[in-house]
Amino acid sequence: MRVGLMNIVWKQFRPALLLLVAMTVVTGGLYPALITAAAQALFPFRANGSLLVKDGKAAGSELIGQPFSDPARFWSRPSATTPFPYNAGSSSGSNLGPTNPALFNAVKARVEALRKADRGNDAPVPVDLVTASGSGLDPHISPEAGFYQAPRVARVRRVPLEDVRRLIERHIERPALGFLGEPRVNVLLLNLELDELARKSFN
Amino acid sequence: MNLHEAPVLGRVLGPLERFLYKVCGIDPAEPMDWREYAAAVLVFKFLSVLVVYVVQRLQGHLPLNLQGFGAVGGHLAFNTAASFVTNTNWQSYGGETTMATLTQMFALTVQNFVSAVSGIAVLAALIRGLRGRETADLGNFWADLTRGTLYVMLPLSTVLALALVSQGVVQNFKATATVPLVETLSYEDQGKRQTTQEQIIPLGPAASQVAIKQLGTNGGGYYNVNSAHPLENPTPLSNFLESWAILALAAACCTMFGVMVKDRRQGWALLIAMTLVLVPLMLFCIHAEARGNPALARLGAASAANMEGKEARFGVADSAIWATVTTAASNGSVNSMHDSFTPLGGLVPMFLMQLGEVVFGGVGSGLYGMLLFVIVAVFVAGLMVGRTPEYLGKKIDPFEMKMASFAVLVPPFLVLVPTALAVVTAAGKASLANPGAHGFSEALYAFSSMGNNNGSAFAGLNANVPFYDIVGGVVMLVSRFWVMVPVLALAGSLGKKKLIPAGEGTLPTHTPLFICLLIGVVLIVGALTFVPALALGPVVEHLMMGGY
Repeated sequence: MRVGLMNIVWKQFRPALLLLVAMTVVTGGLYPALITAAAQALFPFRANGSLLVKDGKAAGSELIGQPFSDPARFWSRPSATTPFPYNAGSSSGSNLGPTNPALFNAVKARVEALRKADRGNDAPVPVDLVTASGSGLDPHISPEAGFYQAPRVARVRRVPLEDVRRLIERHIERPALGFLGEPRVNVLLLNLELDELARKSFN
Repeated sequence: MNLHEAPVLGRVLGPLERFLYKVCGIDPAEPMDWREYAAAVLVFKFLSVLVVYVVQRLQGHLPLNLQGFGAVGGHLAFNTAASFVTNTNWQSYGGETTMATLTQMFALTVQNFVSAVSGIAVLAALIRGLRGRETADLGNFWADLTRGTLYVMLPLSTVLALALVSQGVVQNFKATATVPLVETLSYEDQGKRQTTQEQIIPLGPAASQVAIKQLGTNGGGYYNVNSAHPLENPTPLSNFLESWAILALAAACCTMFGVMVKDRRQGWALLIAMTLVLVPLMLFCIHAEARGNPALARLGAASAANMEGKEARFGVADSAIWATVTTAASNGSVNSMHDSFTPLGGLVPMFLMQLGEVVFGGVGSGLYGMLLFVIVAVFVAGLMVGRTPEYLGKKIDPFEMKMASFAVLVPPFLVLVPTALAVVTAAGKASLANPGAHGFSEALYAFSSMGNNNGSAFAGLNANVPFYDIVGGVVMLVSRFWVMVPVLALAGSLGKKKLIPAGEGTLPTHTPLFICLLIGVVLIVGALTFVPALALGPVVEHLMMGGY
């Protein structure tokens, strides 16, 4: 009986090892290579990280958020990556639990920073502007978070509020098929266009 | 019709299939009894663990190490090997900071395929036992493994991977892209003032891995934050496709079951039972997250909706939906940080895992787990009316009940004992990131996840320490194979039995009555085992949250 069992086990070693090697070649080698070739042919922009090019130079990735603290630009969502926010090399959320005092302190500090940059605006702050995103690299804010910041941006830049609001509206991405996901604004694209407009009006 | 006889796929992949048999010396028609089938599975898994471990340890000396990473540490490499071979994909490591491209491709992606297909193979063996007439033949594991990979996983992954690339998931062989920041950033690191003007974005073959990690209910991400990362899940459409892929094959297994036993109603009954458990829990989770955290509103936010740890493009609803499907299926990928969920929102994914990953569950493994509960339910019903229990014309005898009880009762043990260890030892407590009841929830979640081969985490827990790596690795291995082997033994014993025709007293197993009975058994076993632990974690925290 015991010899029988050992025989059964031994008999499987050869096919197991060979099939594991074969599967490694097929699913670990051929499959990613094939997908890469197809992806590079069909969607080169997307397959390489959706990198934006401005005046012939790289200008960030459309899908990776950046940190902004200049009151003249729209701010992104808080980021919990270390050692600095929006560290694309090390994605991370805060992982703070809902009753953790550290979460309360962080939220309080974010509310204060937003209000300090925009004195007199005591409106409640859109919740996505005071909570850290899951990836720490969230490229989007809610449209409300954009409109909340519009008066500050308009005042600092000395441009009509209406222009800034219209710019946000143009940048709102709607839920796919009307029900998938949330309406949102890409902060980097918004800020790049904002800077572009400012440059043009100088010329 | 069998897949390898399908017109298009058969013609394209048939030659590859036959070639693989030839070089590996496999006769696909050679029958295996349950001991041979189990031996084949276990030997294959043993070699897999070994290979994944060795590749990680040697990655510093291997080619295709675009980022120049060194060897992965010993206990971490063991944990990762156990994790990927058991289809758990618990990640103690951060993908973009630890694993070389070669490791991601040749160790991790390969296991994503074969660990998932092994689940389907064992399910197929169990079904062959159920429908067999006095036979020991459960099929051939090597043929099942090859066909499942070539005809199911590869084609579906190819289509999904390209769809994901179209949305923005990266797929290339570059290590990183360096891009400038619009605003120079100054920050403090270890007490020193620093500035940076650029972002370094890790790239690589992500889409091919993401596609199979969802379809195979694996869940191991390319990046640290998994499918919350914008390059792993960039749009609501990619999010929809990925969450569909999590459930697709686990649900399809029910259809496969119905077809194989030549009674589709049996498959439907199980699918309906699973859905009836999933949907209310999903709605409850969405509700909890939307109601949110009262502290946010009190501190000046415009609403209490719990956006901490969630991405703006997904919002509360798509994040809560993902959290429930990824834990109902034993996937474990995340598109938001479960650690930051409200207490009751976080209770839902925890409870779904604790039900034993039978509500959809892993590909194959979910349904064979559910079939164990079916056997228990049939037995309970038999006791109530005083008749010998039977299922699909097979008598359920003490041996079958023993195997089913073995497999149903061991995972709870693997969850609760290590959790207890974690909260009484210094080594376990040191890793908890959040104070109080939430810290307990982190440990409970970790072992609920590893003990049921899910893989998601309350990720604040610092899991990459010897205690969690080693205990967790052992828990994952025992949990997967302690269920798999009794299932195969069960298949062997059922296959040898006579088929008895349904009679007057036979309990039909496709009726609403039986569906309710089955749900009852699943929920009662799960709830009786875990309610005390859940009360100490999420429930206590929920009551406290009202006080803040």
